Amino acid sequence: MSTIVLLLLTGFGLGALYFLIAAGLSLIWGLMRVLNFAHGAFFTVAAYVAYSASLLVPDAQSWTRWFVSLAVGVVAGGAFAAATEIALIRPLYERPTSQVLVTVGLALASLAVIQGAYGSDPLQISLPAALTSTTNIAGALVPNSRIVVIAAALAVLGTLLAFLRTTRFGLIIRAGVDNREMVTALGIDVRTAFTIVFVLGGMAAGLAGVLAGTYDGTIDPARGTSILIFAFIVVVIGGLGSVTGSAVAAVVVGVLQQFLNFYAAAGTGDFAVVLLLAGVLLARPGGFAGERT
Amino acid sequence: MNDRPVLLDVRDLRVAFGESQILHDVSFGVRSGGITALLGRNGAGKTTTLRGILGLTPRSGSVRFDGDEIGRLRSHALVRRGIGYVPENRDVFGSLTVAENLRIAERSGATLRYDEVYALFPELRERAAQRAGTLSGGQQQMVAIARALLNAENRLLLIDEPTKGLSPLMVKRVVDALTAAAASTTILLVEQNLSVAHALAHDAVVLEDGRVTYTGSVAELTSDRDLARRHLGIATADH
Amino acid sequence: MNATLARATALVCIVVLFALPAIGVTVPLLFDGPLSSPGTLNLLALCFVFGALALSYDLVFGFVGLLSFGHALYFAAGVYVTAIALERWHLSLPAALLVTAAVAVVLPTVLGAICLRVRDIPFAMVTLAFAQAGSILVMQNPWGITGGEEGLALGGDTLPAALVGVANTRNVYWIALAFLIVTYAIGYLAVNSPAGRVWQAIRENERRVAVIGLNPYLFKLGAFVLSGFLASAAGVVYLLLQGGADPGVTSANFTLALLVMVVLGGVGTLWGAVLGGVVYEYLDFRLVALANAGVVQSLPTLLRVPLSEPLFVLGALFIVLVMFLPGGLGGAVRGSLRLRGRAARA
Repeated sequence: MSTIVLLLLTGFGLGALYFLIAAGLSLIWGLMRVLNFAHGAFFTVAAYVAYSASLLVPDAQSWTRWFVSLAVGVVAGGAFAAATEIALIRPLYERPTSQVLVTVGLALASLAVIQGAYGSDPLQISLPAALTSTTNIAGALVPNSRIVVIAAALAVLGTLLAFLRTTRFGLIIRAGVDNREMVTALGIDVRTAFTIVFVLGGMAAGLAGVLAGTYDGTIDPARGTSILIFAFIVVVIGGLGSVTGSAVAAVVVGVLQQFLNFYAAAGTGDFAVVLLLAGVLLARPGGFAGERT
Repeated sequence: MNDRPVLLDVRDLRVAFGESQILHDVSFGVRSGGITALLGRNGAGKTTTLRGILGLTPRSGSVRFDGDEIGRLRSHALVRRGIGYVPENRDVFGSLTVAENLRIAERSGATLRYDEVYALFPELRERAAQRAGTLSGGQQQMVAIARALLNAENRLLLIDEPTKGLSPLMVKRVVDALTAAAASTTILLVEQNLSVAHALAHDAVVLEDGRVTYTGSVAELTSDRDLARRHLGIATADH
Repeated sequence: MNATLARATALVCIVVLFALPAIGVTVPLLFDGPLSSPGTLNLLALCFVFGALALSYDLVFGFVGLLSFGHALYFAAGVYVTAIALERWHLSLPAALLVTAAVAVVLPTVLGAICLRVRDIPFAMVTLAFAQAGSILVMQNPWGITGGEEGLALGGDTLPAALVGVANTRNVYWIALAFLIVTYAIGYLAVNSPAGRVWQAIRENERRVAVIGLNPYLFKLGAFVLSGFLASAAGVVYLLLQGGADPGVTSANFTLALLVMVVLGGVGTLWGAVLGGVVYEYLDFRLVALANAGVVQSLPTLLRVPLSEPLFVLGALFIVLVMFLPGGLGGAVRGSLRLRGRAARA
């Protein structure tokens, strides 16, 4: 029983990381029809910038250092995303394939810089003692890092939903996911919404990058790309443009992965999830061409 | 009638999709006050003309609104000059509520005509919290029209086949609503239903294969069988 | 530049390339050592392989318009199936090649049949998903056959002697060159065939093709299988050059790199893709060496770190090309040749 609880909660934890990335990806695709490969780069660059910034705090295991890295990660992710949207995405509004390609190029280039600056070996992250220990929940020893990640994801989910439902920009974004052209025909400049969505996604991805370091205990340049692919899967399964859909799908994928990786051979979970993506896409390809959730 | 100033002046509007030319130098004027009908068979280019005026589809040519050239503006800025749009498929935001559909149409600093809109369509107030995607076709049409009427600053409404697929009762309500709106706003109305066009509009512009083939009064068009058959390809019913 | 002149130039180039192992000329900066040295020949051979690989990708991406993010899977299949057949199952080279050929036909047929049921972005993502599945499979090292993270090196006795050892680099070089020429020929014949014209029609407007009464699905599948097969073949030659299989060829980064290669050289022109592949691999190889040599070392850190990373230069170049030169390097070359031609005639 305690194994099940552990697998469930660690599955939620994994799902929480996926959600943080998928939520932004989903909105960006839903509103802008851009498949943003650079999202993984937002994740990675923010993680490393936050790491360097956190080194300025002398006490390695202090909460101050941890919070500083969180804050810097969020800001770095958002800033990088804003720069990307303005410099690379905006000039290519009429050319959607080129937009995708440009994000691919940015992903390759920025990851290369990180690798050049920090090396490709994982970097140890020093954490406050509380985050490296476990809590007993229903007999399962759950790592506190997982709990923190889940809490962060829930906070982001709540904030995003509140933003979408109560603010004017949230209204515009939701309408734009439904029908971008009609929003324009009502006299609204969607481009501001584009930048906002990109920045929100970048901030969430940055947060995910730092939290992944807490989750794994290390950061490395390849983590962003590998987790991005799983985030894509979550976005597809959850429905493009839907934040709640991403949340549900993230939990499903995370839990499924954990259970399969444990009960079947390691890696089976990853394999199964990837095949699940193929299955969902083939069963419901219309989930893209205009289906709204 | 003929001394009303021209509110919308379209000159040499050209739209092409890939290799096919859809609109060939479409030119016409819409006089301010009252309703002008844009008629023609299916595929004649009526919807494309409306979209072209708004810049929703790439086009060349000149569009003058109240004397100002607006053809170079981006669509959202163009529309803010005071043009409302009711598209062919209504295009309500399905995942938003009725109230949100109206709220998003609000322009900052504009005078909002919620009272008039709710007077015309009381259902919208009743169903304010209902998701627009679950509304019937007729109810969605109400939302679409309401959105365009909401801003008092909209002096021109471009309306695309508002009665399509509606029950006769709904058609009447739409006609009444448009008649009421026409008292204070100019309307360019695309309509396949000739009796609706005849009831509402004074002026008519006929499109055929992307070209303007007739401009004049609706009365003249519908009373002359020859004209009607030639331009619209249909026998007119007796009105 | 008219066709005859172009063809003559190409012929001369091919002859020179074949004769390269006998040309002891040193080209400073571009190559480390004379042209006939094993190091240079090895690098050129790699460039040829990547040129052929890029060409195979251009067939589906440039000509049919299918944005596949999983093309590297077939290249990796060529590398790994051959390596496994030789090293784990101890097959002779001809037998191993037969096995690989069979896989190289069956795999893209099966996967293509599934993936092509959807289009555009969903298609891109399914192909990416399958490629990722392949990558996971390799890393999982089922029954220990793939070697997992460490890869699978070919033991000294698995290949015929003529292909092994530094002294025989020229043999593998010639194989790579011949392979590139054959691949180009196949590609050329394919795109100029009636089927090739249907491919391009599909890229322009798939619905119109269906309306004529042709089945776009079958044509797309045909292109998919042909390009997958060619990619696997490139994988085999790559294996001969490298002497082992490395899981890096299964990575998502690599499949995206293919995209960079083709866009770099010019989408939809066969020789452009070859150029892109050649330039990409050359830069990937030489940039490291160049970076360690004088000029770049003396730059301030802010510039030196990015410029020492081949993928940064390539990625940045890629971005610039996508934004400003959609025709790629090939398009730029063609454009300038046309201008010169026009000026000459004027």
